[in-house]
Amino acid sequence: MIELFNVTKQYKNGTSALSNINVQISKGDFVFLVGPSGAGKSTFIKLLLKEIEPTEGRITIDDIDTTNLSKRKIPMLRRKIGFVFQDFRLLQNKTVFENVAFAMEIIEASPKEIRRQVPTILSMVALSDKANMYPEQLSGGEQQRVSIARAIVNNPAVLIADEPTGNLDPETAWEIMKLIKQINRRGTTVVMATHAKEIVDMMQQRVIALEGGRIVRDDKKGVYGYED
Amino acid sequence: MAMKIRTVSYMIRQGFKGLWRNRMMTFASIGSVASALIILGIVFMIILNINSLAETAKGQFDSIQLYLKDDLDQKKIDEIGKTVNKIDGIESVYYISKAEALQDLKKQWGEHGYLLEGLEVNPLPNSYVLKLKDIKYSEQVVDQVKNVSGLEEVKYYKDIVDKLLRITHFIRMTGMIVIGILIGISMFIISNTIKITVAARYREINIMKYVGATNWFVRWPFLIEGMILGFAGSVIALAVIGYSYKNIFDLITEKMYVMVSAYMIPTPLLVNNLAVIFLVLGTGIGALGSIFSMRKFLKV
Repeated sequence: MIELFNVTKQYKNGTSALSNINVQISKGDFVFLVGPSGAGKSTFIKLLLKEIEPTEGRITIDDIDTTNLSKRKIPMLRRKIGFVFQDFRLLQNKTVFENVAFAMEIIEASPKEIRRQVPTILSMVALSDKANMYPEQLSGGEQQRVSIARAIVNNPAVLIADEPTGNLDPETAWEIMKLIKQINRRGTTVVMATHAKEIVDMMQQRVIALEGGRIVRDDKKGVYGYED
Repeated sequence: MAMKIRTVSYMIRQGFKGLWRNRMMTFASIGSVASALIILGIVFMIILNINSLAETAKGQFDSIQLYLKDDLDQKKIDEIGKTVNKIDGIESVYYISKAEALQDLKKQWGEHGYLLEGLEVNPLPNSYVLKLKDIKYSEQVVDQVKNVSGLEEVKYYKDIVDKLLRITHFIRMTGMIVIGILIGISMFIISNTIKITVAARYREINIMKYVGATNWFVRWPFLIEGMILGFAGSVIALAVIGYSYKNIFDLITEKMYVMVSAYMIPTPLLVNNLAVIFLVLGTGIGALGSIFSMRKFLKV
């Protein structure tokens, strides 16, 4: 599903963010990406989204070699990927329904498809009754659920989450994790960067630990392994 | 890049929304673009009129006269005619005999023409008049004509022509520079306005890009916004210029004819030309301005 071959990323200012990374993530995998700040997690995620280019090596996603993908095809790649941010990134002037529908409008889905798909997804994230509310009227956990709904509404093959629980209290964080796990069970590959030790330890999923731009650990059923 | 009709209508709605959201900026920039285009229109009006004046003037000076020596026989005269006919840059050649030249002169002198009746010998030479394709060929034609034997004198309006060419060239160049600067200014104004809308919607654009919107999907609403700004500005400018020009025209074109024997370019002709230029320019400036203002926001 996702493969990185000898990937190295060196930024223009000379900092080496990733060196010689090799990772294979199969379809349906659930992977935690852990490591101290500056270990290369963000770079890893940015590479997957093709926000930045690797200095060396090759990345394939869903059998597409993204390294040689032209700029024009980046949107097509991103439509295969759902992305969840730490800060939710909802549009404040749109309702919950509209925020989710927005993702479908962008890929030019028909109003009929939108009317069918959005309520389905909202019920999945248990927000059907808040469809007409605005983000500021919702709690943090609810906002993150909206953003997850938006990420999966177009049925992406991969869900990438960057610290999705970083702004939430532990209880709410668990709700979100349950939801993400549920999405994973439906067959969506999940890659999640996180600092949440408890969550990683409890979930017992594959853990890839980065340090200084190198993979220092890749365990099938890993733990967080840092004391921060 | 086939776009669905629904998407097109979405883009247009978004474009108008952007304009309405920053209505103060919208009016300010339409006004600024209109002012820039009005100045541009004035420059343009001046250039066009001077051009047409120059063309009229050139038409009066675009011939060369060859005065023939008096002792040539008809055969030699015909031969000269044939020779000069072959020179490049000449549109037509016609012959004026001594007798015809005298007739013309009499006509020109009008009521004093009787004075010429007393002449015993016709003092005027036979001559050829070479009509040039364009005034710019005059030097080159004169150079070649000088080699032809049997000519008394070659006469053409070198000084006037040179001056005329230089002046029109200067005015055209200055005009172009002024127009260029004004286009730049208008583009800057529009791109600044768009930048405000774009910045206000930065999050939205960012999210759009992450969800997989193409650059053009993001760009179109802003492009439409810019084009509407430019279009509105050019319509206002056109109205102002058209109205003013008509009044100026009514006021001075007759006087101008008396002074320089050329009319101003008629209002409808000028306004039609200007309409095309303004609309293309205004909308184009708007489109380019918004593309410039968006560049950095699309880099996600």
